[in-house]
Amino acid sequence: MNDTEPLVRWDWIGRHIPDITERLLDHVIMALVPVLLGLLIALPLGLASARWRGLYQPTVGVMNIVYSLPSLAVFIVLIPVTGLAERTTVIIPLTFYTLAVLVPAVVDGLESVPDHVRQSAVAMGFGPTRRLLRVDMPIAVPVVLAGLRVATVSSISLVSVGALIGRGGLGYYFIDGWQRQFYTPIIVGIVLVMVLAVLADGVLILAQRLLTPWARARRTS
Amino acid sequence: MITFEGVTKRYGDGTVAVDNLSLQVPTGAVTVFVGPSGCGKTTSLRMINRMIDPSEGRILLDDRDVRAIDPPTLRRGIGYVIQQSGLFPHRKIVDNVATVPYLLGWDKKKARARAMELLERVGLDPALAGRYPFQLSGGQQQRVGVARALAADPPVLLMDEPFSAVDPVVRASLQEELLRLQAELQKTIVFVTHDIDEAIKLGDTVAVLRVGGHLAQIADPATLLAEPADDFVAGFLGKDRGIRRLSFIPASKLRLSTGREVPGWSVALDEDDRPIGWRASGDGDGPLRPFGVFDPAQDSLRAALDAALLAPSGCAIAVDPGGRFAGVVTRETLDEALGRASGEALDPARSAAHARPAAGGDPDAGQAAG
Repeated sequence: MNDTEPLVRWDWIGRHIPDITERLLDHVIMALVPVLLGLLIALPLGLASARWRGLYQPTVGVMNIVYSLPSLAVFIVLIPVTGLAERTTVIIPLTFYTLAVLVPAVVDGLESVPDHVRQSAVAMGFGPTRRLLRVDMPIAVPVVLAGLRVATVSSISLVSVGALIGRGGLGYYFIDGWQRQFYTPIIVGIVLVMVLAVLADGVLILAQRLLTPWARARRTS
Repeated sequence: MITFEGVTKRYGDGTVAVDNLSLQVPTGAVTVFVGPSGCGKTTSLRMINRMIDPSEGRILLDDRDVRAIDPPTLRRGIGYVIQQSGLFPHRKIVDNVATVPYLLGWDKKKARARAMELLERVGLDPALAGRYPFQLSGGQQQRVGVARALAADPPVLLMDEPFSAVDPVVRASLQEELLRLQAELQKTIVFVTHDIDEAIKLGDTVAVLRVGGHLAQIADPATLLAEPADDFVAGFLGKDRGIRRLSFIPASKLRLSTGREVPGWSVALDEDDRPIGWRASGDGDGPLRPFGVFDPAQDSLRAALDAALLAPSGCAIAVDPGGRFAGVVTRETLDEALGRASGEALDPARSAAHARPAAGGDPDAGQAAG
């Protein structure tokens, strides 16, 4: 690269729009599927841990160990099972990372239900299931959503690592640009990953406001 | 009627919270469980709606053992109010109030209409219906708590220190409101408090419990003040029992002098015949001095005494319910009445049991005389 080379070559971007779009879509799928799967698995796990307190520490312990595994190592271990450059190879470890954030969030959310609220629900004649669905879970929503925001943003950024095993969505551009000492794809990748993260976070903030109008003002009081 | 029959609650570690409690909670009246912390009053309350089950003995609700009733069904028929309101933070006020009707399967429209009616009944602005609990003051939240407990019109109401967490002024107004509501609704109310003054103010019957869950005495407030069963009850009732007992003696028997003049002083009235002060006799434009009034129709002997103690003339001014001058009670008349009060058997009539303190009077004024 010489000194006359511009930082961003717009013509490159123009020529690669279909490729960029395809990788962007792939990135979104590989980032969001783990979050959805994680949420689906974390809810029953979190509910069980909140119900049987003995489960909580072991569950969170296992989750933390999983979280501490280097993502690249997990990808490599999975390659023989799920295949190189496959979406599944990326989605599985990311699902576990999501779980590591969401299980504690679900448990903390359920614990955030004030004792007097729980007591009065029982005293008014809520059965266990109805209390869980109508009282405990709705009150847990703000805490769970806060966890969901962290999980979503970190999942969007972690997908890029998949580029090292040939399936990293926009992460491909980091490797491509670095190998060729050509900045444009790197910048395109960074900007798009950040835009994705900010957009996803914005959607979740909006959801939070719509779903829990009662919690917004409580924080300021 | 709620009947405790030899009820004991023992925990796994050997702690006895309630020890062989037998008592009856009469229908349509307020029964207060009062005592220091650790006396088992809340445990006893919670055994009624099976939040806790007794280790021994049984509790009958209109002759049915509560243990024979499935807990959610039992609880939907018993209103429950607790100290921290226990309102659902994620539901609007109207839906909080309609909670039990919803559980009972009422349709939404009917449940909400009922909730609106109750908000008004407990003295809340219907405009609050669309707010969330955090947007209300502590006192307002407690009113919502009471409205919620009443929503399905349960015959029984359990109240666990419902007014302990609010400031004294709000507490007094909530207590008045409860008495007013109870006069209309005549629920069977079990009320738990550690505040003996609250117990005496609200209770038709007061059960004093001591640490370890023993029943020390159960009686109406006037009897409790006059004849505490033992030193524990006397100590718990505190000072000024004699003065406080006067709250239970109606002022209606006091003889009124209808003139405005007493030796040395006369009552000054405004154009609507409302008293505005005492003025020294013969001093037509002289300064107005402090005064106290009571309403013989509703107030107690304590209120009359208080009104007399506030005035330089030593006489209490009687007013009608509209606040207009009705007469004067001299100190001699009061003396006679006080003499009778300490001598005569307690008046079992509860008509004046909830007589108001002197209008605008300081409830502590009586202590200055003691």
